[in-house]
Amino acid sequence: MTTKNIALKIKRQDAPDTKPYWQEFEVPHRKNLNIISCLQDIQRGPATTKGVTVNPVVWECNCLEEVCGACTMVINGRVRQACTALVDKLEHPISLEPMTKFPIVRDLHVDRSRMFKNLKKVKAWINIDGTHDIGEGPILPEDERAKRYVLSECMTCGCCLDACPQFTSDNNFLGAATFGQVRLFNAHPTGKHNQEERLEAVMGEGGIADCGNAQVCVEVCPKNIPLTESIADIGGQATLQIIKNLLFK
Amino acid sequence: MEKRRKNFVVIGGGLAGLACTMKLCEAKAQVTLVSYQAVKRSHSVCAQGGINAAINSKGEGDSPDIHFYDTVKGGDFLANQPLVRDMCFQAPAIIHLMDRLGVAFNRSPEGHLEFRRFGGTLYSRTAFAGATTGQQLLYALDEQVRRYEHDGQVTKLEWHEYLEAVIDHDGVCRGAVLNDLRTGDIFTVGGDAVVLATGGPAQVYGRSTGSTVCTGAAATSAYLQGAKYGNAEFIQIHPTAIPGHDKLRLMSESARGEGGRIWVPKTPGDARPPREIPEAERYFFLEENYPLFGNLVPRDVASREIYDIVFNKKMGVAGESMVYLDLTHQSREFLDNRLGGIIDIYEKFTGDDPREVPMKIFPAVHYSMGGLWTDYQDDGNGLIDHQSPRNQMTSITGLFAAGEADYQYHGGNRLGANSLLSCIYTGLMMGPGLIQYAKNQNKVFENVESQVFEKAVNKWKDRFSKIKSMQGRENPYDLHQELGETMMEHVLIVRENAKLEKALTLIDDIETRFADVRCLDTTHWANPTPSFINQLNAMIHLSRIITLGALQRNEFRGAHYKPDFDLKQPSDFDPHEYVDYMEQKNYDEVPEDTFPDGHMAYMKRFESNNEEWLKTTIAHFDEGKPHISYEPVDTSIVPPRPRKYD
Ligand SMILES: Cc1cc2nc3c(=O)[nH]c(=O)nc-3n(C[C@H](O)[C@H](O)[C@H](O)COP(=O)(O)OP(=O)(O)OC[C@H]3O[C@@H](n4cnc5c(N)ncnc54)[C@H](O)[C@@H]3O)c2cc1C
Ligand code: SF4
Repeated sequence: MTTKNIALKIKRQDAPDTKPYWQEFEVPHRKNLNIISCLQDIQRGPATTKGVTVNPVVWECNCLEEVCGACTMVINGRVRQACTALVDKLEHPISLEPMTKFPIVRDLHVDRSRMFKNLKKVKAWINIDGTHDIGEGPILPEDERAKRYVLSECMTCGCCLDACPQFTSDNNFLGAATFGQVRLFNAHPTGKHNQEERLEAVMGEGGIADCGNAQVCVEVCPKNIPLTESIADIGGQATLQIIKNLLFK
Repeated sequence: MEKRRKNFVVIGGGLAGLACTMKLCEAKAQVTLVSYQAVKRSHSVCAQGGINAAINSKGEGDSPDIHFYDTVKGGDFLANQPLVRDMCFQAPAIIHLMDRLGVAFNRSPEGHLEFRRFGGTLYSRTAFAGATTGQQLLYALDEQVRRYEHDGQVTKLEWHEYLEAVIDHDGVCRGAVLNDLRTGDIFTVGGDAVVLATGGPAQVYGRSTGSTVCTGAAATSAYLQGAKYGNAEFIQIHPTAIPGHDKLRLMSESARGEGGRIWVPKTPGDARPPREIPEAERYFFLEENYPLFGNLVPRDVASREIYDIVFNKKMGVAGESMVYLDLTHQSREFLDNRLGGIIDIYEKFTGDDPREVPMKIFPAVHYSMGGLWTDYQDDGNGLIDHQSPRNQMTSITGLFAAGEADYQYHGGNRLGANSLLSCIYTGLMMGPGLIQYAKNQNKVFENVESQVFEKAVNKWKDRFSKIKSMQGRENPYDLHQELGETMMEHVLIVRENAKLEKALTLIDDIETRFADVRCLDTTHWANPTPSFINQLNAMIHLSRIITLGALQRNEFRGAHYKPDFDLKQPSDFDPHEYVDYMEQKNYDEVPEDTFPDGHMAYMKRFESNNEEWLKTTIAHFDEGKPHISYEPVDTSIVPPRPRKYD
């Protein structure tokens, strides 16, 4: 096989307040090549197809095996991780763009701190008495554990939010990933003790009621997290909570 | 007057850094937590297989003391024993704590924790959450730290890089110099102590199972400031990874713990698809050579065997540098439940389904047993005094290290699933000692002359502007690749002095060319290039002490294999003979004919080799050069003996 080149079109932006622009690059093809390797190639020879020397493309990555969530970007119009995007499975030329719903830092690197703030809002943690040795955790049936495990694989990558029509850069919708985490913690025997607090948070502004039920979140989630199921579940829990509030408060 | 709050700077939000932060917050301290990236994306998320604790839930007779023995034996007796023993005794409480934090550990039919087998032990000792245990553990600690962040006790500085410790005139660490990776601003933060929980240095080898940020630059920077670095030459090569251009992706040892078998076709070059090769024509070399431990021999052993099969026996699959790791005899349901995470990885990156076809794997650089030298205080009973400020302190007062960044716990070779344990253990264990250290100080950082901080900042502002003005011919990323290739070729599984010497020359050459690097990007906003160039400089220094340590250590111990110094253990040797021999020697001369032929001579070789080499390598940077010296190892609990796994 003769070596062919892979053509890439990359949407770049120097800083949060400057205008985006496109540049084209070519890198040599190899077997099982992924987008990360292409970007690394560009670092080693940062020049456009036309031969103009440019600054290397800036992007975020770390684990390169789709568990850290860092290298999320829009590849050929679809939001996904660059490490698992294999060149041979993509249409060419390949286009790379930053995620669309988060503030741009530079090039393909965006600021997703909103997602972490949302985890704070819904108190996505278990309130333990302390770290000292007080013995075993709760006994749990394996099938319940397995249900929680699926939810706990969420790597805060933001694909589900980027694709969601309800989640925009100027509102404060919590979004599917956050609802999934509420479900994860409310399903834990100790986490349950604080479920009211979490439900209050999803019943407020930007909460579960704002979900437009577009269902795209679940289509783009790389971890196959049952997001629509979580949204329905949390919706149900919230309704119950409203009734409880009416009756007892 | 309001009581002054203790104030710490923790660098790194992997398991070790988060565990330490949580423990400090629980003791009412304030913590500034610094990380290159969002802490939730730290390298610890990669860990797949599990975490060890001798809970003995299957009635196999396991105990923390056996866990301790397996660990020091696995590490070829190079680890300080009281620390290892304390870790193994704390392990059950650590797993229960993580379980209480909500980690979705797999459960037994009754609903207790489930355990699986891992390498280097005969017991089911490894707790796991599918095949994403590290991710699950990290998230649980991240959540607890977020809770403290919400309560105002933690200030996170994500997208910040640690450059160096701020050290005052008395040689005491008073804070850290940081680089804001977005604004490019260089500034200091003060603290009662600084903890480096900055992970491992796998990037020194270019491609490895490690993440892209694992450059070891933070620990190396401490070494360049005068901190001792221990056992640098002990680099673990994991036997089973998927070859790749950007990364060598790990296929966890849990694949073998759950029944995975390693084999090659008996006929070299056999081109048939693997499933068409009948069982009788497959060579299960680990099972045949190590009937007792089989596929679960320790990593150093398995990697050497695979290397031998591929390079010496030329039996790699289809003549390539690969062997099969086969899970196809297990049911789909079983594999999805216990190994889903790694099966997905293999499928996503190669397009093949490991439930249907055996995986093709090869060894890869994985873990550094070596790291910053750290201290400890034993309690005189074979455990650790948890209140001691000496615990985990580097040789620079006030600068501590934890997790993969330190050199303790794993000796010459780490056992699978012991690292997640040592990371969480160090983070938690050092908490009370840090508090004690802060209490004992006679001066707090707020009262240290401001010039100390200013000087540190100016040095680094200067350095970064120099880096930005570098306009030579060398591409830093290319040079990094070359450094990695040099290390892979010369300082990997099989080590020969001639090659190691060659590597030193090549590293010198890379260092010379480093001066001619081109800073590809000189802009001011979110520009990763200057940082990378600085990290590359650190990697060059680190590669030198890895190589130098390896060159000088003329023996074969754990992951450090030098065939020229192999003591040639007789194949019918039983390690108990050595215990008998040592005991008899205590009383009397041992007659030559007490043991089978050749055994006595071997034991004498073993004994004198230990006298010469059972010691920790210390690298110390002084006047621009590394100096190697050695320190004794505490083997007061289990006397060293030959390792054997068949
Ligand atoms: C693929 C893979 C699988 C593994 N599987 C297992 C397993 O099953 N069981 C097991 O026990 N072990 C396993 N290990 C080993 C284990 O994962 C690591 O040793 C462990 O996670 C290291 O944790 P840590 O807290 O020391 O550092 P890390 O998790 O590496 O975290 C380091 C932190 O420091 C930060 N940092 C580093 N340098 C700087 C700097 N200069 N400035 C600012 N921040 C910095 C990083 O951002 C990060 O937050 C595996 C390793 C790999 C590579
Ligand atoms: S739910 Fe899925 S898509 Fe959304 S952040 Fe989590 S992993 Fe990403």
